[in-house]
Amino acid sequence: MLNHSLEVSSKNLGLVSPQKVLIEKPLTLACGVVLLTHELVFETYGTLNSDKSNAILICHALSGDHHAAGFYKGDSKPGWWDHYIGPGKAMDSDRFFIVSVNNIGSCFGSSGPTSINPVTGSVWGADFPSLRARDWVESQKLLMEHLDIDCWAAVIGGSLGGMQAMRWSLEYPDKLLNAVVIASSMKLSAQNIAFNEIARRAITSDPAFCDGNYIQQGKAPLHGLALARMIGHVTYLSDEALGKKFGRELASGDFVDSTEEPIEFQIESYLNYQGDKFSSNFDANSYILITKMLDYFDLSREYNNNPVAAFGHAQCKFLLISFSSDWRFPPKRSQEITDALVTAGKDVSYAAIDSNQGHDAFLLPNDRYQATLRKYLSRVADQLEFAQ
Amino acid sequence: MSHNFSFINSWISSGSRLLDLGCGDGALLADLTSVHHIRGYGLEIDPDSIANCIARGVNVIEQDLNKGLDNFADNSFDTVVMTQALQAMRYPHLVLDEMLRIGSECIITFPNFGSWRTRAYLAFRGRMPVTKQLAYQWYDTPNIHFFTYRDFEALCQERNINVMHRKFIAPQFPDNLLKNLWPNLFTETAVYHLSR
Repeated sequence: MLNHSLEVSSKNLGLVSPQKVLIEKPLTLACGVVLLTHELVFETYGTLNSDKSNAILICHALSGDHHAAGFYKGDSKPGWWDHYIGPGKAMDSDRFFIVSVNNIGSCFGSSGPTSINPVTGSVWGADFPSLRARDWVESQKLLMEHLDIDCWAAVIGGSLGGMQAMRWSLEYPDKLLNAVVIASSMKLSAQNIAFNEIARRAITSDPAFCDGNYIQQGKAPLHGLALARMIGHVTYLSDEALGKKFGRELASGDFVDSTEEPIEFQIESYLNYQGDKFSSNFDANSYILITKMLDYFDLSREYNNNPVAAFGHAQCKFLLISFSSDWRFPPKRSQEITDALVTAGKDVSYAAIDSNQGHDAFLLPNDRYQATLRKYLSRVADQLEFAQ
Repeated sequence: MSHNFSFINSWISSGSRLLDLGCGDGALLADLTSVHHIRGYGLEIDPDSIANCIARGVNVIEQDLNKGLDNFADNSFDTVVMTQALQAMRYPHLVLDEMLRIGSECIITFPNFGSWRTRAYLAFRGRMPVTKQLAYQWYDTPNIHFFTYRDFEALCQERNINVMHRKFIAPQFPDNLLKNLWPNLFTETAVYHLSR
């Protein structure tokens, strides 16, 4: 996707590289397991100012990683949120110090099912402990201490990333000034959980899954993971977007001349390609772990299921953004968050962006989405720079 | 709005919760926040207005007033404000009821269609008035209800709405002088402070 529709700047961060840190403070997970140490891979963009007040934390979603913007040497594709992060962009690396971390339980270098359990010396695999969104927040808090940042100017995320931003506002109310919650929800619906369970069943049904011990047995449930991703991928897009992009076009074969070539619709070929690409670089145990984390998330469970009581603990300002064609976390979910925040008397703005791109809209170029985020964050930056 | 609405300040108490229906670019909310430290929220559907509110740091929520205000609880605000938008609502009387359900008081401003300028426009040109304040043609106007302040008073009486204050505004000379003699003729904008 070209970003020619975006105003201002086509500048990007250029080459970036990840860093790795061994967090040596124990991390007690919600499930009770204690990770004595854990590793985090992260990237930073921009410069931390002298009073360390301009830091933004980026929270990734289910399949995201730390590589949110810029290019790796030799790569033709930038990080997953490059449309929105960079010099002069909505999340402006000329004004903010942006931290993007791969969270634990994922599979891009931070401690997770594919890494070595330091206690046993062998790969975690299916034994990696069950995780909650709050565990990601706790781990991010340890990274924050490592970076010697006392308060985030903003915590920003889409989808599961938005859930982390909300959790931050409740767990560490005085450690963030703004929470930007994009295409998110206070909890998953039955339909959301249903799709996640179908995806997990696809993975566990693959004979190569070996009860999650496929790494130890030298196998990989690529077929099951690809299928899981194909299911997920459809739910991230809208009917309209799929229709526009693929319609009923054929990738091969022909309905007029019956050739020996079999009929394949472009959407079939596209989905199979996406599934295979995903399964070759994501881990099946991570997928199971993180989809369950999504299912378990319920912002106000410990607040008597009362979102207003939950948000009563928040101190930061909120920006909520939803997309009209998102049927995974539809605008109604963001409206519910907004209503709870208004009732709780918190500062909140909400923009319901018109888009035909489905849930994935939060990753894609969109003029109004970009302008909204830019205006909100440039005010944040103005205030920080004024205070300096 | 170019008029000076500073008299509204005395109708709003410091630190109160205020909801502005159709808040535009958030100027009123920004003013009231700096003067009265209100906890204010604006509802708006125009993307550019929403962006302007965000840029000036006003709480703005994208919501279509014509689709109802069910998401707001009874008496959840001290004051509900609506400036120059009642005439554009599908059912103004129901919106008024909703405003007084959500807020203990409400402040409402609307263009007075009884002013001599609009009367003269219709009387002498035989065409629906297009004025500075009502700057649309009949077919594309968002202002789908035209009423005078006396029509509004009748509605309030009918629905047992208590008029706490009323203020009539005529920015031009000589209208401003004559307004007290013939308010319906010389009022361009009417401002009401209401309660149940």
